[in-house]
Amino acid sequence: MKDTVTLDYRSLREKARQIRLDILDMTTKAASGHPSSSFSAVEIVTALYFGGLLRYRPHQPDWPERDRFIMSKGHAAPLLYAVLAHAGYFDRSELWRLRQLDSPVQGHPIQGMMPGVEATTGSLGQGLSLGVGHILGGRLNGLDYRVYVLLGDGECQAGQIWEAAMSAAHFRADRLIAILDYNKYQETGPISREMALEPLADKWRSFGWHVEEADGHDFEDIIPRLKALQQVEGQPSILIAHTVKGKGVSFVEADYRFHGRALTPEQAEKAREEINATG
Amino acid sequence: MQPGEIAGLKPSVPLRNIFGEALLEVARANPKVVVLDGDLGNSTKAELVRYEFPERFFNIGIAESNLVGVGAGLAACGFIPFIVSFSSFLLCNAYDQIRLAIAMSNVNAKIVGSHGGITLGKDGPTQMGIEDLALVGGLPTFVILVPSDPASMRRAVQAAADHVGPVFLRSSRMAMPHIYPEDACPFEIGKANIVREGDDVTIIGCGLMVSAALDAAALLAGEGIEARVLDMHTLRPLDVDAVVAAARETGAIVTAEEHLLQGGMGSNIARIVAAHHPVPMRFVGLADVYVESADPYRLLEKYHLTAYDIARAAREAVEARRAVGA
Repeated sequence: MKDTVTLDYRSLREKARQIRLDILDMTTKAASGHPSSSFSAVEIVTALYFGGLLRYRPHQPDWPERDRFIMSKGHAAPLLYAVLAHAGYFDRSELWRLRQLDSPVQGHPIQGMMPGVEATTGSLGQGLSLGVGHILGGRLNGLDYRVYVLLGDGECQAGQIWEAAMSAAHFRADRLIAILDYNKYQETGPISREMALEPLADKWRSFGWHVEEADGHDFEDIIPRLKALQQVEGQPSILIAHTVKGKGVSFVEADYRFHGRALTPEQAEKAREEINATG
Repeated sequence: MQPGEIAGLKPSVPLRNIFGEALLEVARANPKVVVLDGDLGNSTKAELVRYEFPERFFNIGIAESNLVGVGAGLAACGFIPFIVSFSSFLLCNAYDQIRLAIAMSNVNAKIVGSHGGITLGKDGPTQMGIEDLALVGGLPTFVILVPSDPASMRRAVQAAADHVGPVFLRSSRMAMPHIYPEDACPFEIGKANIVREGDDVTIIGCGLMVSAALDAAALLAGEGIEARVLDMHTLRPLDVDAVVAAARETGAIVTAEEHLLQGGMGSNIARIVAAHHPVPMRFVGLADVYVESADPYRLLEKYHLTAYDIARAAREAVEARRAVGA
């Protein structure tokens, strides 16, 4: 399809490796940020932009017919910026300005400050509602774009998510596809311990959504399932992507306390070796 | 006693009715205008748009957070959403959504807070918006409009639609009498209207309190005090020049608002007066209190938002000015 980028699976894995390294470098240089929350969704967002799913024109970020990608879990901003840079929205050198004074590369995404950033997020639970608005706007404008919203699992504790879920089903928003980065951890600990979400798939089904599940790190699972969700009619869809928080770096995977913490330069060197070994 | 009665202002219908008509007018004129309702369209009168343009009217239900988010999404698609509900519900339930999705994103969305102030009356304090202007004042990109009569409401709705960027517009269940001729209401965002000339004191009001201020000015005139009355229909950007001129030329200022004194119009005017030209000031508004259920006119009396309260404050301000020899 025109206006999509479709890499083969091997190239997608290589792209994911590069993006993971960029997230590592961005957050290490900024000495802050959320590397582990970004790592868990690398394959999901890479699949959207480079797996032939999202229609976009990096040199025309406001192209009315573009598919929308809304990063509802705004703390994964480093992932969003890295993917947008690789997609050609701006020069990759911008990434090293994350969280620096006088830089547009804000710690959490601000709509309009960087090309390709569709929404202001970071206060959790808000992205899905924006997606519903984009769907209604698309209908009024006679455009057939899709809206993809990446949700964190922890933010599904917020009531607004379920307000938005209800309204998306009410409006039969079948061009709205949510993807849940289900890494099973929130800031202070395991979700099952802090504020349980299960049975999560049943909750979404009961709200009138079509639900699929996938291994959120396997392109060969994510992409065919998202393509199947594109065919769903009459109801919104969600892909519950099972992921690992901190994916790609063993000592980050093993410690949820990396949630809002960057790696030290020493840890980053070790992480780089691991990411390169898995790539 | 109804505000405007002493000054001989002509009564009108509830301001919300005018709002509904004005909203329909801008929807007719501009196909990009869409309306988002929090299931109160019959109370706010936003429903007038639903009858004529059902495809551009969305009842998002009793879910203000989602209501604001959906509206912001529509704004991102090039539409001009008017997000309409009770002022208290929008700003108190969905403040963070308004903050991120509208204010910080600086999108072209309009928040209409209906039933502002205490004069919704009998439904009581849970429904009253007495803190709305303070809350929206905490959102730096918002233009804040508080119309005072039917003509100014019509102009304010048009101005909100024309302005590119976030706008908060306060509407009301209360009937506000005619201050302006229907076809001759000046309304420029950020420019206060002088609705009565005077040199002894300036009364600055917004919304319903402009009528009450004109009443107070009529009372004061009988005592030989000539009050200037300003209709401060825009709280942001505030008309600094008009405030400073009032301080310089009349030497005493009273503010009057149907809102808490904290964080409302008066405190912001005081900041300007203190910085530019300090003069004695008095403040009419709600002082750290939640109001009760009752007839609106009785509430205005009990909670000291009448012409008599404003006149008393003006006398005090004039005396304070004379005491310092100004």
